[in-house]
Amino acid sequence: MKTLIYKHRYLILRRFTQVLVMALYIIANVYGINILMGNLSSSMFLGLIPLSDPYAVLQMFSAGAILTFDIIIGALIIMTFYAIVGGRVFCSWVCPVNMITDLANYLRRTFGFNQIQKKQPASRNIRYWVIGLSLIISFVLGITAFEFISPISMMHRGIIFGLGLGWAAMLVIFLFDLFVLKNGWCGHICPLGGFYSLVGRFSLIRVKHDADKCTACMECKEVCPEMQVLHMVTKESIPVLSGECTNCARCIEVCDDDALIFSIRNKNNGEKNEIN
Amino acid sequence: MKSGVTKKEPISSRRRFFLDMARAVGLATLGGLTWSAYVDEVSASKLTLRPPGALKEEDFLATCIKCGMCVEACPFDTLMLAKPGENKPLGTPYFIPREIPCYMCPDIPCVPVCPTGALDIKSLKSEKKELDINEADMGLAVVDAENCIAFWGIQCDACYRACPILGEAITIEYSKNERTGKHAFMKPIVHANACTGCGLCERACVTEKAAIFVLPREVALGKAGDYYIKGWDKNDEKRLENTNSEHLKQKKDSKSVLDSLNSGMEGLY
Ligand code: SF4
Ligand code: SF4
Ligand code: SF4
Ligand code: SF4
Ligand code: SF4
Repeated sequence: MKTLIYKHRYLILRRFTQVLVMALYIIANVYGINILMGNLSSSMFLGLIPLSDPYAVLQMFSAGAILTFDIIIGALIIMTFYAIVGGRVFCSWVCPVNMITDLANYLRRTFGFNQIQKKQPASRNIRYWVIGLSLIISFVLGITAFEFISPISMMHRGIIFGLGLGWAAMLVIFLFDLFVLKNGWCGHICPLGGFYSLVGRFSLIRVKHDADKCTACMECKEVCPEMQVLHMVTKESIPVLSGECTNCARCIEVCDDDALIFSIRNKNNGEKNEIN
Repeated sequence: MKSGVTKKEPISSRRRFFLDMARAVGLATLGGLTWSAYVDEVSASKLTLRPPGALKEEDFLATCIKCGMCVEACPFDTLMLAKPGENKPLGTPYFIPREIPCYMCPDIPCVPVCPTGALDIKSLKSEKKELDINEADMGLAVVDAENCIAFWGIQCDACYRACPILGEAITIEYSKNERTGKHAFMKPIVHANACTGCGLCERACVTEKAAIFVLPREVALGKAGDYYIKGWDKNDEKRLENTNSEHLKQKKDSKSVLDSLNSGMEGLY
């Protein structure tokens, strides 16, 4: 039992923070306990500190909206936070869609879909194209383009304010990830994930690989939602430097040989090895 | 063994790069067009009523971050965020007066919480620089004279009494019922300059489907244009001076117009 918990310690913590964030928003809406008011698009922490989604604010900017002081400060706070802890910490520790895509991925592994469909037919760079497109469309139409279709905000708002037909969008992502493309939404398409990949490129918290301990069991690559970032496994003792790593720590948990650990990035560990 | 098929020339990496690039651009354009078409469609709903102080619809759509803080602040649960399937710009706040109207709170709690300024507090300040909900402009009530029972001669003033600015936004017009000769009509008349579009009248209306209902102003109001002049307003004379009467004169004399038609016909035979 104890080892089971230990083997899933980060997973449990992650689910806990995901649910906690949601719960704080819900109690603010339903009971008026205003620790965290609003939603992931923009909120007010303790009735004092504004927080806003920097990607949404970027879209507002290209749509030609006049940005208020609050919203700029809010976006800067969030940007700074994720620039330090690793951009995609948002993805694995906060975003509600992560639970759906993790489930789809888990089922893929259990049913062995990954063995059948080895080669993934789509590029992981699509997400960066989607970012570019969203900004262009925002500019041309004068509205926040991704925010009008975002399943992330849709689901998150849905949980706090009522979902409507939003469940259909959730189902589409689930089925897409399960049957069409492994890590399809989060790993290939989601522009918010792409945005946070860029934000977290130089972040301090990094998973570090120790090639001497590695026994090449490949468990880590099996569970990693962005396995291209683990290219050094078995080969080199360097940290994972790609911003696409979500810092979910699943690799750390599944590694029975302690070859992967969290570390703080410092000047002399492998800046030169940095790729994208 | 010699095969008849000549080996394909390997594509140079330079060419491959350009090819991949072209493909990506093509796909992106395709995706972008679909995406814009969809977004354009969902954001084109003209009948959405916004919270007090909302910017002009197009600015509102660019500015509102869909955080729902206005929704949380409203003590009457008037406001909702549009969900998928409601045919409204997704995630933006709106209200349905017949269900829950805006109760026109004097302190307007929904507005100052808006972090983006999509609800503009300045637009709700009176001349004395105080917050004044009567400055709100959520829409305009319109009476359907066919189905308003007061227009039938039945006595009903539910909407009039429900209006928070009664006497200004709605007045009752008395007129004689010529048919019976001894009854009166008491018809509700909405005045666009005072009505805030709160929808309390729509909520109160006794008919099965409200005979008075709020529409966004751009939808509810017509526009006469500059051609028409009331003639009794103070400033009408001034407006006359400024009108450019050119377009009232015919530029060409009618003979040349006829000639042009006739000469045009000749060519046909
Ligand atoms: S990639 Fe997008 S949907 Fe997936 S967890 Fe990150 S933000 Fe959420
Ligand atoms: S004025 Fe009051 S009732 Fe009307 S939307 Fe705002 S908070 Fe709600
Ligand atoms: S508070 Fe402002 S930004 Fe937030 S949903 Fe309401 S109008 Fe939009
Ligand atoms: S919407 Fe109706 S109740 Fe509200 S101000 Fe206008 S006339 Fe009065
Ligand atoms: S409440 Fe309805 S039916 Fe009655 S006077 Fe007003 S609009 Fe007409």
